[in-house]
Amino acid sequence: MKLTKTLMATTALTVTAVAAHAEDMADSMTLVSWGGAYQDSQQNAYAEPYKEMNDGLEVVWDESSNEAVAKLRAMDEAGNVTWDVVDVVAADAMRLCDEGLAMEIDPDEVLAPAPDGTSAEDDFGDLLVSDCFIPQIVYSTTFGYRTDMVPEGVDAPDEICDVWDTETYPGKRSLEKRPINNMEWALLCDGVAKDEVYDVLATEEGQQQALDKLDEIKDDVIWWSAGADTPQLLADGEVFMGSTYNGRLFSVIEEQDQPVAMMWDAQVFDLDGWIIPANLPEERLARALDFIYFATDTQRLADQAKYISYGPARASSAPLVGQHADLGIDMAPHMPTDPENAKNTFLYNYEFWADYRDDIDAKFQAWLAQ
Amino acid sequence: MRGPLIPQKEITNGDKMSDTTDTGRVLAADGTPLKRSLNRALRRQKLRALGLIAPLLIFVLVTFIAPIADMLFRSVENQIVSNTLPGTVQQLEAWDGISDEAPDEAVYEALYYDMFLAAEAKEHTRLGTRLNYEETGVSSLFRSSGRSVDDIGEDYIDALEDLNEAWEDESFWYTLMSGGEDAAKNSGLLEEERDRLASLTSDDFGGDIGFVPGQEMSDLLPNTARAYTSFALFTVIADEDVVAEEEPWEAVKIALVQDLKRGVDLAGYSGFGADELRAAQDMLAEQPDIAFKEAFLEMDEDWGDTDNWRTIQVYSPPFTTGYFLNAIDMQKGTDGPEARPDNQQIYIMLFKRTLFMSLMITGSCILLAYPVAYLLSNLPMRSANLLMILVLLPFWTSLLVRTSAWKVMLQQQGVINDTLVWLGLVDDASRLIMINNQFGTIVAMTHILLPFMILPMYSVMSTIPPSYVRAARSLGATNWTSFWRVYFPQSVPGIGAGSILVFILAIGYYITPEIVGGTTGTFISNRIAYHISSSLNWGLAAALGSILLAAVLILYWAYDKIVGIDNVKLG
Repeated sequence: MKLTKTLMATTALTVTAVAAHAEDMADSMTLVSWGGAYQDSQQNAYAEPYKEMNDGLEVVWDESSNEAVAKLRAMDEAGNVTWDVVDVVAADAMRLCDEGLAMEIDPDEVLAPAPDGTSAEDDFGDLLVSDCFIPQIVYSTTFGYRTDMVPEGVDAPDEICDVWDTETYPGKRSLEKRPINNMEWALLCDGVAKDEVYDVLATEEGQQQALDKLDEIKDDVIWWSAGADTPQLLADGEVFMGSTYNGRLFSVIEEQDQPVAMMWDAQVFDLDGWIIPANLPEERLARALDFIYFATDTQRLADQAKYISYGPARASSAPLVGQHADLGIDMAPHMPTDPENAKNTFLYNYEFWADYRDDIDAKFQAWLAQ
Repeated sequence: MRGPLIPQKEITNGDKMSDTTDTGRVLAADGTPLKRSLNRALRRQKLRALGLIAPLLIFVLVTFIAPIADMLFRSVENQIVSNTLPGTVQQLEAWDGISDEAPDEAVYEALYYDMFLAAEAKEHTRLGTRLNYEETGVSSLFRSSGRSVDDIGEDYIDALEDLNEAWEDESFWYTLMSGGEDAAKNSGLLEEERDRLASLTSDDFGGDIGFVPGQEMSDLLPNTARAYTSFALFTVIADEDVVAEEEPWEAVKIALVQDLKRGVDLAGYSGFGADELRAAQDMLAEQPDIAFKEAFLEMDEDWGDTDNWRTIQVYSPPFTTGYFLNAIDMQKGTDGPEARPDNQQIYIMLFKRTLFMSLMITGSCILLAYPVAYLLSNLPMRSANLLMILVLLPFWTSLLVRTSAWKVMLQQQGVINDTLVWLGLVDDASRLIMINNQFGTIVAMTHILLPFMILPMYSVMSTIPPSYVRAARSLGATNWTSFWRVYFPQSVPGIGAGSILVFILAIGYYITPEIVGGTTGTFISNRIAYHISSSLNWGLAAALGSILLAAVLILYWAYDKIVGIDNVKLG
C-alpha cells in the first residue's frame, strides 16, 4: 500500500528488519545506478564483497539513475516497483521524498555507526539533506581546461571569472544546459558576494543579472546535457574549458592522459547517494536495508575512493582513502574535498533550487532559445 | 497508406452489391429479399473479421490507447488541491482574491486540520510540488510547514493534560469518542472520513476499524469527532495499529479545545467523561483563543503572502486549464488568462520551430530520396539489391551511433572542417560551425529519416510501367516532358506517403535534436521530455503533447483535403 510507506519505514519495520537480519530476505536485488566508471566503483567497493558474503544472492544492475525520478513515479502508479535500491543525486532524492516515492529513514537505525562509535547521523553530519537520502559520495561540478590551448605567456586559468575572459583565453566553453551552477557562477563573476548569491538569485532582477552576465559568453558556449559531453569536447579540442563532474575530468586527465588540467575554483559540491523506494514488500525491504547497512559503512565508502575520485560522504572514511586500485596514485589530492582543491567552494543549495528550479529554468530556457 | 485503404475497398464492394439489388425486388432462396439476405451475410462476415482482429484490437486499446488517453487526461486533471486541502478550499471561497489582505482566521483553522492530516499521510509535499509549478516557493513552504504543524497550540494541549491525565489516555479517548458499546453510532461520519482519506491518499480505506463514532458525541463535539475518526481510520488502516491503544493526534486535541471554547452546552450531557469535559471547558474559558493565523505566520511568513493564497484559490477546482495555458505561454491570472512575462515565453516559439524544421527535413528528404528511389527502381535487379542494402544499412544501425557519427563529422575539429582546412578552402581560425545549431539537426535528421522517404517512393516507382515513358518519348516528348508530364505524376503518391511518414516522425523527434541541436536546434519534444523526466510536471508535458497531437491531426486532415489521402501509397 502506498500509504504505509514512510510510517512503517521509520518505526516498526526497520527495527524488525534489522533484527530479523539474514532470515526472510529476498535472494535477488535490483540496484539502480549511473553505469560507467561510477557504477564500476560501486560494484567493486561494495556490491561484489556483499555478494561474497551472501551465497546465492543475485544482484541485477539497472543503469537508469538519470531517469530514476520519472521511472519510479511511473512504477509507483502502475503499482509494480521493481527496484530495491536506487542511486540518485540529492536533489532527485528530495523530489522523490516529496512525492512520497522514497522511504523515509532514520540514519541511526538503518546505518552503521563509525568504527569509533560515532553515530551515523553525526558521521554523515550536514550531508543528510533529505529524510529519504543516504549519502554516498561528495562530487563536484568544476572546470577542466586544455593545457595546450592556453596562450603563450599567459598564466593558466585559476579562477571562475576566467571562464568569462574570452580575450585572455580564446576558445569555446562548455556549460551545462540548465540554470543550476551557471547562474551562481555568473553572479559571482558579476561582483556578487558569495554569501549573497542566493538572496540575489531569489529576485527577478538578480535572475536577469545572471542571465545578462551569461549573455556575454553565450556565443562562445556549447551547452551539454550528458556528463560525458565535456570530456569528449575537451579531448577533441572543441572547447578550451568546460564544466563537468570532477570524476569525469579525473579519468580524462589521469586515465586517458589528455592535456587537460583541473580548475577547482568555485567548484560546486553536490551529493550522490541511495534511496529505497517506498512500499517495498517486507522481504525485499529487509534485503535492501541489509545491503545499505553494509554498503555505507566507513570502510566501504573509503574503498570506493580507490576506483573513482569522489569523496566519501562519511567524515570517518576520509582518513582511510588510499591509492587508486590500478594507477597506484594517491587519491586524496584528487578529491574535491582535499583542502588544496577546496579553497573556494560552493554547496549546492537544495532548498533554494527545489523552490526556484521550475521558475528559473523556464527563464533560462527561454533565454537560451532566443 | 494501407490502413485507411482497406475499409474503403470493403465499402466499394458493398456498394456494388447493393447496386445490383436496387434494380429489382430479387428474392433469395429462402424468400427474404436478396438485399437483406446479402446484408446479413455481409454483417456476419464483418463480425467474423472483427472477431479475428479482436485480440489485437483489445491489445492495442489496452496497452496503447488507454495509456495515451490517461496521459492526455492529466493535462486538465487537478484534483490534488481539493483532495489535500478540502476544508481550506471551501473556506477560501469566501476570500476575495484581489485584496492585499491575507484570508481570515477561519481559513487558517481549516488549513491546520487539512495540513495536519496531509502531513500524517505525507501528501503535503506532493501538493507543494504541484503548486510550486505555478508559484515559486510553495514547495518549501509546504515541506517545512508539514514538519512543524503539530507544534501549533502546544500550550493548550499541555494545559489540558496538566489538568487531567485522562487526556493523555488512549482508552479514555476511545470510550469517550465511541460513546460506549451500546450507544447510538454515527456511521455516516465514518464513511465521510473514509472517502476523504481515500481521495487524499488514493488508497482504499475500506474495512472494519473497530471504531464507530458515537452519535451523541458527534453532535456535541462535531470537530473533535471528525478529527478522531480520521485519526482512527488512519491508525488502523495505514499504521496497522489498534485505535484504543494509540494516543490521539495533536489535531484531535486542538479540535476538542476549539469545540469546548465555542461554548458547547455540556449541561445536558451525562455520559462517559462528562466531568472531565466540564472541567476542561471551565479551564479553557479563561484562556485566549488559539490564533491559527498568527501561528502559521510565525511558522513561515510566506503564509501571509497573498500570492500563495491566490494560487491555491485559482487552482482549487478539480479540473484546470492552467496546464494548457502554460503550454501556450499564458497563465491563469485573477481575472482570466493572461500572457506570461516575455522572459518566460518559449513554447509557442518552440512549436513554430518544430513545425518549420520538420518541414525543412521533409523537404530535404524528398530532394535526396527521389533520385535514389528512381535509380533503385530502374536499375537491373542485381545492382538494385545492392543499392537497397546500402539504403537499409543505416536503418539497422543504432540511432545514437548515427547521431554521434554526425558529431564527429560536423564539429569544428571534425572530419569535414579538417578536410576543408587541409584543402585550404577554410582558414584554420574560422572553421565552420555546423553542429549544435539548426543546421546540424536538419542534416542529422535528414540522414536518419531518409529511408522512410526512399522506401515508399521506391515501392511506388517500381510499379510504374516503363512503357508509359517510352510511349511518351515515341510520341515526340522530350526527356524532361516525358518525365515531368508522365512519370512524375505517377510517383506523387510515393512522395505523399514518404512525406507524411517523415514529417510525423520528425515532429516528435527527441534524441537527435537533444544531441546535435544545441540551443537553436531543439524541438518541443525536448521540453516535453524535460517535464516528464526532470521537473515531473506531467500535467504540462501532457498539455504540450496534446497540442502536438492535435497539430499533427489537423495537418493530416489538411493534407487529406488538399492532396487526398487516397493519393498516398506505400506500395
